[in-house]
Amino acid sequence: MPEAGLLIVGGGQAGATAAITLRQLGFTGGITILEATGAPPYERPPLSKDYMQGQRGFESFLIRPAAFWAQQQITLLTNARVAGLDAAARTVILQDGRVLSFTTLLWTAGGTPRRLTCPGAALDGVFTLHDREDADALIARLAFPRRVAVVGGGYIGLEMAAVLSKQGHHVTVLEAQERVLARVAGEALSRFMEAEHRAHGVDVRLGAQLAEITGAAGKVTGVCLANGERLVADLVVTGIGIVPQVAPLLAAGAMGGNGVDVDEFGATSLPGIYAAGDCARHRNRYAGNAWIRLESVQNATDQAIAAAHAIAGQPKPYTALPWFWSNQYDLRLQSAGLSLGHDMALVRGDMASRSFSILYLRENRLLALDCVNNARDYVGGKALIAVGTPLDLARAADPAVALKSLAAA
Amino acid sequence: MVDLVIIDRAGSAHEFSAPGGGSLMEAVRAQGIYDIKALCGGSCSCATCHVYVEASGPLKPMSEDENDLLDGVSERREGSRLACQIVLAEGMAPLRVTIAPEE
Ligand SMILES: Cc1cc2nc3c(=O)[nH]c(=O)nc-3n(C[C@H](O)[C@H](O)[C@H](O)COP(=O)(O)OP(=O)(O)OC[C@H]3O[C@@H](n4cnc5c(N)ncnc54)[C@H](O)[C@@H]3O)c2cc1C
Ligand code: FES
Repeated sequence: MPEAGLLIVGGGQAGATAAITLRQLGFTGGITILEATGAPPYERPPLSKDYMQGQRGFESFLIRPAAFWAQQQITLLTNARVAGLDAAARTVILQDGRVLSFTTLLWTAGGTPRRLTCPGAALDGVFTLHDREDADALIARLAFPRRVAVVGGGYIGLEMAAVLSKQGHHVTVLEAQERVLARVAGEALSRFMEAEHRAHGVDVRLGAQLAEITGAAGKVTGVCLANGERLVADLVVTGIGIVPQVAPLLAAGAMGGNGVDVDEFGATSLPGIYAAGDCARHRNRYAGNAWIRLESVQNATDQAIAAAHAIAGQPKPYTALPWFWSNQYDLRLQSAGLSLGHDMALVRGDMASRSFSILYLRENRLLALDCVNNARDYVGGKALIAVGTPLDLARAADPAVALKSLAAA
Repeated sequence: MVDLVIIDRAGSAHEFSAPGGGSLMEAVRAQGIYDIKALCGGSCSCATCHVYVEASGPLKPMSEDENDLLDGVSERREGSRLACQIVLAEGMAPLRVTIAPEE
């Protein structure tokens, strides 16, 4: 049996960051990363951005060059999917039957994309976008203009709509809610993004429930909506969220539900077993200490750093301010904080100028902001969220007043 | 090729040449200098690729966005730049680059 030590389940953003951080902290114990796919750790954001546009090679977004792991005495086992966990015996079992023992375990398995369950979901031409294989399979079908139905108007769906329409494909976005980005942004940003996509020729359908994907000879030919409407499509791309991959942990007795529960040091309820990233539900101070799961590079990185500190015996709680970015067309979106529980949204600047921000407040204190082509507000707003002082609303809404200056007031 | 000297956070100097076309951030990463996080992958959104640059020749001026993002870092100084926003061009004068402290 291989040496016991730290086993990291999942070599994505969080798993890779934790391994790197441990070595930076001087942790000399054994580290093995078990990764289900065949790829060394890489960043996912480019998949729906520059990689999809053919502007960037895969090597450029590896988290570290492939040779790094061995140099750092980090064993990277690819094609190693963990199927079960015995917390008492301190072993994991892989899908191929191999059993590995551990002293400490860090679970960073992320999520798997939610799949459609409607009739036709298994037809050739239905894609999701979660890993490199998904992206490559889709790119291979985009050599000439297609009619693409994007299911889901969240960030990934909208980024796909932007990239595909820019390449000359005919894109329809099907969003079940009454606005795009309904789960993550306020109404003003939703309406702005909806208008932007329409102006770029994307057919945005709101309140659109997908009922069936129609096909012929096993291939997608269109989609049918719950209201009976039919649309022609060659390809269907889904961006309807992820399901956290935590079944073996929960089966082994870890607390959780929608993800596995962790404290501010990344510890699960099972001794010596930690988790971080998309799969980890935690109390976030920027959400009024509510239990939430975040799906972002920021969260995966900072939570992994906290877990690594705990594992190295140098605990340092996870308290970082959440931030996120998205690129669509020539729009650079940057968000900071969490808008959960806001009682007011203020638009700063002229939306028509395509450079503005939206402030989310609660009792006049800034909780979060979404910035469009406005790095100045993003930077000033981050400082303001951290300070947490009540704001003079008239000044906060005035783009001539720097947000930064309000932090001092 | 562009001649680079990169000073990492431990103070060690890495001397090498990088091909034109890519960004300074990509060149630093590809060389295996791991101090630079570059979390947003170069889309001028995170400021985790902050460096101090001494150029022996003129550099293209920074964009307003880069300038604004740099206003948010804790130790902005003369020569502060986001490494992902510096495009290496063939024939460019050598650069001496120090990785800024972690935020
Ligand atoms: C297309 C796309 C675009 C995105 N764009 C942005 C963006 O612009 N900004 C942003 O902040 N975030 C973005 N994200 C989200 C961000 O990439 C994730 O939040 C981040 O990758 C989460 O890190 P993680 O380590 O928790 O999970 P992942 O990076 O998903 O890594 C989990 C790893 O675990 C492996 N695994 C799963 N199950 C097992 C198992 N049983 N055994 C072994 N290994 C397993 C998986 O193969 C995977 O490699 C994007 C995501 C996608 C898919
Ligand atoms: S890598 Fe994010 S700003 Fe340079």
